Amino acid sequence: MNLRSFLKEKLVSKELDEKINQIRKPVGSLGYDPWGYNTDTVKIGYALVKQLYDKYFRVEAHGTEKVPSRGPVLIIANHSGQLPIDGILIGFALATRDKEPRMPRAMIERFFPTVPWLGNVLNQVGAVLGDPVNCAKMLDNDEAVIVFPEGVRGSGKLYRDRYQLKRFGNGFMHLAMKYNAPIVPVGVVGCEETIPAISNLKPVAKSLGIPYFPVALPMVLPAKVILNFGDPMYFPANEDLTEEEVTRQVEQVKSAISELIDQGLSERKRLF
Amino acid sequence: MNQRKKQSILVTGAAGALAQHVINRLRDRYNVVAVDFREQPYLGDDVPSYCIDFNKRVFEDLFKRYDFEGVIHLGRIMSSQETRMRRYNANVLGTQKLLNLSNKYGIKRVIVLSTYHVYGANAYNPALIDESAPLKGAELTMDLIDSVELENLATIYLWRYPNLNITILRPCNIVGPGVRNTISQLLSSKYAPTLAGFSPMMQFIHIEDMAEALVLAYTKEKPGIFNVAPEDWVSYQHALSLCGCKMVPIPSVPPAVPRFILRTLNMQNFPPFLMNFFKYPVVIDGRVFRDTFGFRPRRPLREIFRYYREYKNPV
Repeated sequence: MNLRSFLKEKLVSKELDEKINQIRKPVGSLGYDPWGYNTDTVKIGYALVKQLYDKYFRVEAHGTEKVPSRGPVLIIANHSGQLPIDGILIGFALATRDKEPRMPRAMIERFFPTVPWLGNVLNQVGAVLGDPVNCAKMLDNDEAVIVFPEGVRGSGKLYRDRYQLKRFGNGFMHLAMKYNAPIVPVGVVGCEETIPAISNLKPVAKSLGIPYFPVALPMVLPAKVILNFGDPMYFPANEDLTEEEVTRQVEQVKSAISELIDQGLSERKRLF
Repeated sequence: MNQRKKQSILVTGAAGALAQHVINRLRDRYNVVAVDFREQPYLGDDVPSYCIDFNKRVFEDLFKRYDFEGVIHLGRIMSSQETRMRRYNANVLGTQKLLNLSNKYGIKRVIVLSTYHVYGANAYNPALIDESAPLKGAELTMDLIDSVELENLATIYLWRYPNLNITILRPCNIVGPGVRNTISQLLSSKYAPTLAGFSPMMQFIHIEDMAEALVLAYTKEKPGIFNVAPEDWVSYQHALSLCGCKMVPIPSVPPAVPRFILRTLNMQNFPPFLMNFFKYPVVIDGRVFRDTFGFRPRRPLREIFRYYREYKNPV
């Protein structure tokens, strides 16, 4: 772990170190949790993301205080931009908010664990394989979990479909009801423009075993990102609900996100 | 007088380090009879010890001679040893014989040692796998079939013969002095292979804590299936560095490359069929066992790894 200690020494300021230490996150004796989160890697990751967050994407986050400071919570957002940049930025916004910061966990696509290096790094900074069992156990552990119910349908969409919400899965709603977790909707504006894709080469993606293969510029554009957090939504546990009724509740969350996106788009003065 | 009141227990796999820790904890309270199919270990004058193949008829004579109350079944050929067929005969058919005899001779308590390998290392495994998760071990590699079959067999007997009070324990990696399994050999070696870019989360339990868990399981009569793991986690490569091992990365993509390399080298401490356990995490949830039996492991990870580091650099 020499590389980790070296990077930590070079990149992590005392201030950031103390700030992250203040976030109470139960870990084992060597700084890991069962999903692979590692305190030191998180500190390095945050030192790096801070530059991207402040200078490259110039993120404006509104309403981060609406995420409850303790207890299980699901942060539901629209997904876009080929890479999970939106998850990283939402996570950073919550971990660095002034009052009672939280270390949220982002659910990631299933193919990431099969990618060498990247899978481990994502796990160590708090991302978790998007499996309902993982999500359930984390809510049971009182964690804040970021979920993109559109999944690859959202992140892999083309530039011409920007800001159009794809179908939401119902899994997060079942878990929110089961674990009595409030849902905080988030509208992400700007990530669509970070890696605009004009086409998806499905046969190439299939042969590589990845969900999509975008035709895009080989760089991440410095689009301005606006994150709008909505008011928490509560859905009481009710086992008698039919799947259709659950879908209607999911639609409520979807329309809340849609409004937050519109709000972000109207706030945005220019793309970059 | 007191001697006569003591219950008798049969402990299998007695030549192994774990069994010897268990026997040492039980020998004052019980009449322990030790048996192993590999060799006849000497465990002191108060512990009769035998070298018997469970599939031989003479095994039954032990049940006739000693009036056993309970059986602690630790005798498994590990997945890195022997051929697949021989492991199947010893682990699956041998266990069946043992359970049949236990039923025939009115045994009241059976503990079966399984392994977390039965869950299988899969890229899509969630963390904190609980006891009700499907056993994918056999689906992923034929070499773990005997482990999964042994479990299935024990589970069938658990429901069919409730009088046996069977408790099946699925521990995480058992490590510590004297342990000869794959992971312990890796941690003891100077150079340890890794799959480049993969460092899955792992759990380790000290052999003495595991022995304690087995004794607790035996003394508290709660049949069922339980994971046994401390609530502490570490990545494989971090564990290796804490043990003072030098890492030797093996190219990991595409998956056929490491498989070919491992098959060609056929290393005993990094067998090709356990490859995925060094690639994807299999993190089990030991909280049900903790709460049911009041189990508290006492050796932290740093202490476990310190042993391996000092083992490499003797004073």
